[in-house]
Amino acid sequence: MNSHVNLERRRQAIYGWLLLTPAMILLSIFAFYPSIATLWSSLFSRNTRRRPSEYVGGENYSDLFADPTFWLVVKNNLLYAGVTIPVSIAIALAMALWANSKISARGFVRTAYFTPTVLPMIAAANLWLFFYTPGLGVLDQIGGLFGLPTVNWLGQPETALWAIIIVTIWKEAGFFMIFYLAALQTIPEDLKEAADIEGASRWTYTRRIVLPLLMPTTLFIMVNALINSVKLIDHLFILTKGGPSDASKLILYYIWEMAFAFFDSPHAAAMTIMVLVVLGVVAAIQFFYIDKRTHYQ
Amino acid sequence: MSEQPFVVLDNVAKRWNGQLGVEHVSLDIEEGAFVALLGPSGCGKSTTLRLLAGLETADEGRILIDGRDVTTSAASDRNLSMVFQSYALFPHLSVAENVVFGLKVRRVPRAERREKLTRALTITGLIGYEVRKPGELSGGQRQRVALARAIVAGQRLCLMDEPLSNLDAKLRTSVRKDIKKLQQDLGITVIYVTHDQTEAMSMADKIVLMKDGHIQQVGTPSDLYNKPNNTFVAEFIGAPPMALIASEALAGFGPSKRIGLRAENIVLAPEGTGRMTCRVSESEFLGAETLIGLEHEQATGLTIIRPGLSPMTVGQEVGITFDDADLHIFDASGNRLVS
Repeated sequence: MNSHVNLERRRQAIYGWLLLTPAMILLSIFAFYPSIATLWSSLFSRNTRRRPSEYVGGENYSDLFADPTFWLVVKNNLLYAGVTIPVSIAIALAMALWANSKISARGFVRTAYFTPTVLPMIAAANLWLFFYTPGLGVLDQIGGLFGLPTVNWLGQPETALWAIIIVTIWKEAGFFMIFYLAALQTIPEDLKEAADIEGASRWTYTRRIVLPLLMPTTLFIMVNALINSVKLIDHLFILTKGGPSDASKLILYYIWEMAFAFFDSPHAAAMTIMVLVVLGVVAAIQFFYIDKRTHYQ
Repeated sequence: MSEQPFVVLDNVAKRWNGQLGVEHVSLDIEEGAFVALLGPSGCGKSTTLRLLAGLETADEGRILIDGRDVTTSAASDRNLSMVFQSYALFPHLSVAENVVFGLKVRRVPRAERREKLTRALTITGLIGYEVRKPGELSGGQRQRVALARAIVAGQRLCLMDEPLSNLDAKLRTSVRKDIKKLQQDLGITVIYVTHDQTEAMSMADKIVLMKDGHIQQVGTPSDLYNKPNNTFVAEFIGAPPMALIASEALAGFGPSKRIGLRAENIVLAPEGTGRMTCRVSESEFLGAETLIGLEHEQATGLTIIRPGLSPMTVGQEVGITFDDADLHIFDASGNRLVS
């Protein structure tokens, strides 16, 4: 009897480990090992022909803190995240609420909103390049009709980052809308009816009932949007290459530049580690703090 | 002017894309009444309730509540409350917040709100559960939260859409009594949708039996039981349902009529003296009594009630007899013939 139970328990344990193994192997090879290797290489100096790589501790990190471009890139990225995340979430929510209501051509509206997400990043960037091109671009053509002067949206430091921000919002809002739309469909219809009978206006219903019930989705989207804001690189390749004079350079692009344009992999590694730490901390705050104030159905 | 009923439905109809919802629904309901809308699934009883609530708009006819024409009014302007089948509690709000949601929306002052909340929670026995979320309550407690939300504003009309169908059988019986008592104590008018005839019979002052979007009969429970308008009512009300016998099977009733007979009016006849001879098809022991199902070529639903445990052998031939006064006579299309 006793051995029977033990055998069963062992069988369950083996079963559990078998289920875990594929994910564990993949994560180890492609996530855990690279992270640790990056951390390791960030502690060594650059390997040149004259001077072999040697252990330098935190020197790569202090170099970065002393680098004005690093601070510019961080500032750019904060602005970029600070604008794209709330704005794209707000737009996604508004679109989802609209696409979820009883309107004609609902399927068309949903598809239209989702189209930017389906486009490959590079194609989307080229599309916007055409919008932004001075003189020929759609924006300037329209502006020209009203007699506005030609603006080189991507070519001047004051507007380059904002131009990138608008492309990102355009691309992300539709994607986030899908999540909101799915969440909205899990809210039972009779909650709306009950609120109607109690005399709640559409706005009160949205604010007091719908938004709180969408909080888990919002949290999920926020984490995703944050990660995306650090991950953005392909638009920059097509649209600005980080310029002019670093005005639209974001963290990942800078890391890429350091590693593969300047071949300074130790500094790139150090910066990668800092990004990982910051992202980890923010995700932890989001999940542990906001999570507690969120209602899950 | 004669006194007008509290709620009036005047020839109301509702269709969806040409498909019938309800039609020719006319109904007068007095203030303080407990009215059950009864019928099988898809009969239009819920549609009727939703038309009253203002969750659907009638295609034809008029709806009056308290003398006011509300046919096109919004749900919130009809001064009524509603208990939903699924309870429709807001899952992220606590019991107290759920109950006062409507008061808050209608900007009732805080002190009054608290007082009404305490009263509603006391009546429904929910004191001590104020801060719980609906997800942390049992089915019966959730049901009471829905009731508390319905009575807290003190509306004189309360609509209930199968409020007991998600409860288990035992709880259903006790909540049934609670709801009836609540309605009488508060003196409110309740319109109650159910597909369970026991619920309707035990709670309602007046039953509206519907089928395929039409009202079949309106009356007191005893009217429906003792004087069914047609064979549908006869077979729907009562457990076991009324047996129907083709008139050819009995002497002296003429052709092509149907004769209804309740189980409690049938007795076994001594051998050879029965008015009909049937075959026993099943015995169902219920504790206090045993139901004996009988088969006859020209009858459906014949049942005898015998006290205690007294099963009979399946296949046995028995004679039955009954009093002519207990018979309900329907014409060929199933409508009651006044005898």
